[in-house]
Amino acid sequence: MSTETKRPVLEVRNLSVALPKGGDRVHAVEKVSFTVNPGEIVCLVGESGSGKSVIAFTVMGLLAKALKPTSGEILLEGENILAASEDRLRELRCTRMSMIFQEPMTALNPVMTCGDQIDEVLSTHTQLDAAARRAKILAILARVKLPEPERIYASFPHQLSGGQRQRIMIAMALVLDPVLLIADEPTTALDVTTQAEILKLVAELQAGQGTGVLFITHDFGVVAEIAHRVAVLRWGELVEMGPTEQILSRPVQGYTKMLISSVPSITPAHRGVRRDGKTVLRTEKLGKIYTGNAFFQKARVVKAAVDVDLDIRRGETLGIVGESGSGKSTVARCIARLIDPSEGKIYLGDTEIATMSARKLRPHRRRVQIVFQDPYRSMNPRITVGDFIIEGPMNFGIGREEAMARARKLMETVRLDPNALDRYPHQFSGGQRQRICIARALAMEPELLIADEAVSALDVSVQKQVLELLDEIRVRLNLAVLFITHDLRVAAQICDYVAVMSKGRVVEYGSAEQVFGSPKDDYTKALFAAAPGRHWEFGKFAA
Amino acid sequence: MSAITEEAVDSASIAAASTKRKSLWLVALRNPNVIFGGVILLTMLMIAILAPFLGTVDPQRIDPAARNKKPGTEITYRLDDGQTAKRVAIMGTDSLGRDVYSRVLYGARVSLAVGVAVSVISVAIGMVIGLISGYIRWADGIIMRIMDGLMAIPGILLAIALVSIWRAGLITVVFAIVVPDVPRVVRLVRSIVLTVREEPYVEGAISVGTPTWILMFRHILPNTVAPLIVQGTFLAAAAILTEAALSFLGIGIPPEIPSWGNIMAEGRTLFRVFPHNILYPGIFLALTVLAINIMGDGLRDTLDPKMSKKV
Repeated sequence: MSTETKRPVLEVRNLSVALPKGGDRVHAVEKVSFTVNPGEIVCLVGESGSGKSVIAFTVMGLLAKALKPTSGEILLEGENILAASEDRLRELRCTRMSMIFQEPMTALNPVMTCGDQIDEVLSTHTQLDAAARRAKILAILARVKLPEPERIYASFPHQLSGGQRQRIMIAMALVLDPVLLIADEPTTALDVTTQAEILKLVAELQAGQGTGVLFITHDFGVVAEIAHRVAVLRWGELVEMGPTEQILSRPVQGYTKMLISSVPSITPAHRGVRRDGKTVLRTEKLGKIYTGNAFFQKARVVKAAVDVDLDIRRGETLGIVGESGSGKSTVARCIARLIDPSEGKIYLGDTEIATMSARKLRPHRRRVQIVFQDPYRSMNPRITVGDFIIEGPMNFGIGREEAMARARKLMETVRLDPNALDRYPHQFSGGQRQRICIARALAMEPELLIADEAVSALDVSVQKQVLELLDEIRVRLNLAVLFITHDLRVAAQICDYVAVMSKGRVVEYGSAEQVFGSPKDDYTKALFAAAPGRHWEFGKFAA
Repeated sequence: MSAITEEAVDSASIAAASTKRKSLWLVALRNPNVIFGGVILLTMLMIAILAPFLGTVDPQRIDPAARNKKPGTEITYRLDDGQTAKRVAIMGTDSLGRDVYSRVLYGARVSLAVGVAVSVISVAIGMVIGLISGYIRWADGIIMRIMDGLMAIPGILLAIALVSIWRAGLITVVFAIVVPDVPRVVRLVRSIVLTVREEPYVEGAISVGTPTWILMFRHILPNTVAPLIVQGTFLAAAAILTEAALSFLGIGIPPEIPSWGNIMAEGRTLFRVFPHNILYPGIFLALTVLAINIMGDGLRDTLDPKMSKKV
């Protein structure tokens, strides 16, 4: 990009945004400066709370009232946005700068057709007549590669898929050819194959139009895929900025290095699997069918899982990977008997538990423990961490004193301060909570630990620590682990065996090296091909 | 493993200081709406309790010589020992010569009792039924259809029916108001239970083998407390109004017992000439209901932010 001679589209100079009093720090963003040139994609990368979204909202003038820019300027083609009036900002939005959001469903109005929503933008900002507007909308719908623009024009958001909705958002953002596009985690809520398509689309459109793009993401895979330049943020401060290749392979700052080397590699680790442990869990033709029991309509049947055969031995990690709706969580919840399977068998050791009654099942409950995705909802906010951990053991007749003593040991196992047992969940960070959930699962001395997207909600550096902890515990206790994830990189690092699920079925099942190295199924191949930044080996820094 | 040891036994990063969750009750007590409503309600409560000591006479005492006196009239009346005394009827007297001021003050007792009784009983019954309905799936359909049926009964018609079977009185009134109120509480509790039972922490408790009753009382029930308190205040306000309406229609509290509805019913016929009979109990009734509703709003904003009108 030799556009340095041109005037930058966006120039952020010395921007500081204050947090309301009582926040965890004084500034949400502190003295951040960067530029976006025409035809350039600049990625703002950082973990949660780094202030990347605050910057985006400040540029758009959409900042919540509690947050106030305290110093600096934001120049959009030389015009200071921070000094602009509300009317001027409204003029600028969509015409000169546009934004697309993370969640395309909530960003679109559910009671208006997609065409009308784009039309609203045109009728607000242009003098075009109805026919000209319609022609322009159909043209942009075709440009964002939506099939049958006429049909899409008349469709409501709920009739479209997530990827299509995000395309509508992009069409809306680009219909007036703005000079700056801000994309706030636009692919985070999408499946990996859809994400790949959207990333490709954004790159194509901006190259064609010469639009400057400010792309906000936490995912280094996406960065490697799309960015020309990268700015790394931490706690509201700019840590490092430079061309993508330089930041990813020759970062200068320690934080950047730590962050990038935390990104799991997509090449499976050599884990030296031995298939000689005792089988802990085996499923036979496991299936779950949901039927909507509507009174006056034909019942809707959804096959969430069909003919799933899996087995896990002691000391082994089996990963189930797949996109949303593939049935991977359904399988996990059937195995934990949080939902009742519709068909098939689940053998826990030699005991068949798929059809067991709740009463008979209870003694077997402790043998399978599950750690959930959301560390904030996994813990009852009203009880202390200590009570949370000892709940299970006490259910099985262990005295409070003894259970507490064991909880203290477990806190050490998961590397938390045992004296924190009398604290409440809100006093812990997401990563710490996830450790507590692991401690609680271990308190039951299970044979099988299910991690249902257990690290998906965590920042990449915390994710690495929790993954290492899980693996260390697996080795030390010779546990069987069922690891559910949509993240191929995570799966590659932690799984001995991998089952790839699609539409409720296991389409490929084998050792991690075999599945990742030479996938046989077409779906698996497509899935791996879509993984962002798959050609990049993160963390191998040039000296 | 260096990344782990960095955080190893890292107590500094766990938010220290208070070990308790910030008490919502203390926050609620700082809400201006709660303070405003609470002060008025407390005043009403004191009036009800201290009615005999606030310069009142027997509210049921009939004085044919002093009928339909306007507020501020000086009345001469005979004491039990035969002597006469003079006093000013601040709020006048009704068509039987009863002192309206005394009746209004004593009437606060009935109104507050009905409000408190209805909200406490409806919430208690509704909570139990709602918990069962929300948690035990097979019972849900049956219970909810019964509740739908109860909800279809208008409180006033039910009261008329009950009065014709039993007799007019506080218990009949409370019963007639509670019956159609219970389904509202049941629906609220059930909806909360249905959401909370899907929370991972509840599923987590199931997977560590927590028995159902502990699950309900320890993990699910506490979530319903705040919304129920809010709902309870609104039920109390509505119940006070319904009681007044029932008494006004002559199917509530017996007419000799002072209640705001009774006083107004008594004054209805001569409203154009002597409006004070309706005005004063009306002001007290409106003020009480307003205070409860304002307090309920304040409680909802602090205890139940999801329901709050503020975005």
